[in-house]
Amino acid sequence: MSIDKFITLTSPAVPLPIENVDTDQIIPARFLKAVERKGFGDNLFRDWRYDKNNQPVKDFVLNQSTYTGNILVAGKNFGSGSSREHAAWAIYDAGFKVVVSSFFADIFKGNALNNGLLPVQVSEAFLEKIFAVVEEDPTARFNVDLTSQEFTILKTGETSSFEINPYKKECLLNGYDDIDYLVACRDEIRSFELSRN
Amino acid sequence: MEATTLFDKVWDSHVVKKIVGGPSVLYIDRHFIHEVTSPVAFVGLEKRGLKVFHPELTIATPDHNIPTIEQNLPIRDELSRNQVNKLTSNCEKHGITLYGLNHKWAGIVHVIGPELGLTQPGMTIVCGDSHTSTHGAFGALAFGIGTSEVEMVLASQCVLQPKPKKLRITVNGKLRPGVISKDIALYIISQISASGGTGYFIEFAGSAITALSMEARMTLCNMSIECGSRGGIIAPDQKTFDYIKGREFAPQGEAWDKALAYWKTLKTDDGAVFDLEYTFDANAIDPMITYGTNPGMGMSINANIPTGEDMKGSDKITFEKSLAYMGFKAGEKLEGKTIDYVFVGSCTNGRIEDLRLFTEFVKGKQKAENVTAWIVPGSKQVEKQAEEEGLTAILNAAGFQFRQPGCSACLAMNDDKVPAGKYAVSTSNRNFEGRQGPSARTMLASPLVAAAAAITGKITDPRDLM
Repeated sequence: MSIDKFITLTSPAVPLPIENVDTDQIIPARFLKAVERKGFGDNLFRDWRYDKNNQPVKDFVLNQSTYTGNILVAGKNFGSGSSREHAAWAIYDAGFKVVVSSFFADIFKGNALNNGLLPVQVSEAFLEKIFAVVEEDPTARFNVDLTSQEFTILKTGETSSFEINPYKKECLLNGYDDIDYLVACRDEIRSFELSRN
Repeated sequence: MEATTLFDKVWDSHVVKKIVGGPSVLYIDRHFIHEVTSPVAFVGLEKRGLKVFHPELTIATPDHNIPTIEQNLPIRDELSRNQVNKLTSNCEKHGITLYGLNHKWAGIVHVIGPELGLTQPGMTIVCGDSHTSTHGAFGALAFGIGTSEVEMVLASQCVLQPKPKKLRITVNGKLRPGVISKDIALYIISQISASGGTGYFIEFAGSAITALSMEARMTLCNMSIECGSRGGIIAPDQKTFDYIKGREFAPQGEAWDKALAYWKTLKTDDGAVFDLEYTFDANAIDPMITYGTNPGMGMSINANIPTGEDMKGSDKITFEKSLAYMGFKAGEKLEGKTIDYVFVGSCTNGRIEDLRLFTEFVKGKQKAENVTAWIVPGSKQVEKQAEEEGLTAILNAAGFQFRQPGCSACLAMNDDKVPAGKYAVSTSNRNFEGRQGPSARTMLASPLVAAAAAITGKITDPRDLM
């Protein structure tokens, strides 16, 4: 098995200038009752996207046709709270390949990487620039290049480099999967077990 | 020898190998699974044609979506029933021990692990649930994982993890009356923010921490994830050993002596270096309550909500959005505000000591008429003990009833939902928007603050009634 490869992407961005977006907002607990991984994108940001009568909330960014693209840009501390991987699944299933923020919660970051969703961490100042560019022109495009680890605001030419663990980078560039890797390590794991006793 | 931290000792002894420039292959001693975050992992395993590598090291129990009444009947909600059935069939197929809904050892996964003696010092413990950090109270290295990682553990008994940085939080001094470990947790998070621990693993130390009971330590480590950290750990001591001894899965005889000798080595050496340190004074902590929509938005129960005047940019947007959701005004007091619901339970505060504190407080008093109270024991064993100790009778006399064990209104996956717009004082761990039901308004607090609110029907400083 494998994850989808990620090498480079050019796209407009969808802005969500809210901090501490927790995974309960990304996908509320009542939508976690599936036993298979499918359809989670429909309930992405469910309670911000739909009102109590299940009508779309006009002001919410995912309901505005002005904003399109595969890049979600959010305020700091994105993905805090519950470890539910359904949050990463929902974002990916809704068509996003990249999430940009100035700060990611640890478990979310790991879950995203395990599913081919690239978390791009930039400085708070750079994040504000991205929000400003999108606000001025919702069609403005951005480039994400994993090989060079650079995020570029094409409109201004400003670039920010981002960090990624070299191992995880290889996984994403090649579509490798951690579970295959670990299964291939089973003999080493058995030796480790013997060495402990 | 170089001085090392408790965290390093446990982590390093579980590294099977380190990938150059990458994470470590970390061996897992104990894996807990529940019905919500495990089914997709089993689907993945089967697609790969793999068997569970060590079925005997995984323990399962349903807790997240189950009803807290009529547990003897089939679960009415079809999706919940399906998940619980799936957990059962996956365990049967793969030879995993399951403590099912009516088993005498069933309960919230982070309550049953310690009470069965499955949680021991020096272990690595994971579960597809962020509050796995609870087990750190025993000097175990315990943290929450995602479903892909659940599949990793099932497939290889290992996870791939980058090593977190180390943060020590020292709390010295003596807690004042009416202040308990939940208040320490909410106080720390309010001081360092809901993201202040991100990237770190916390060791809690200091005289106020060692003075805590095991259950109080569990509450603190449970909440360590709420400041963003991967987990919290406390060095095991005599209290830890006494708690474990004689429990169902505790080592016995020679194995006990051997384990104990090892456990006694599990502490941070003098001079060991942390990446970050904070020190707090226990005496400065009041009973706490949250006013906003993340656990970092907490304050002393008799304080005023911040004015927000010094905030700007997305900080201000977030603060205002949060208060608008809660229906509160910047700068106002919470004390005296009418509430609608009280929830006592969860992996944070659903243990026997929490129920004792609550019961002792409400003994001889009466529940306020405007309050709906849900008192949910953390496990079947807690439920039984509460009955045997006479807590049930005292609670009933005061107008309260126990429900049956489960995660319940902490995340409202079952029917225990706080209605839209209603205010709940909750002993659980998260006050996120919609956490306890769509548009529900949660204020996190200790069992004592919850008890005071349940009696007066208002936000009340418990010290006023003690």
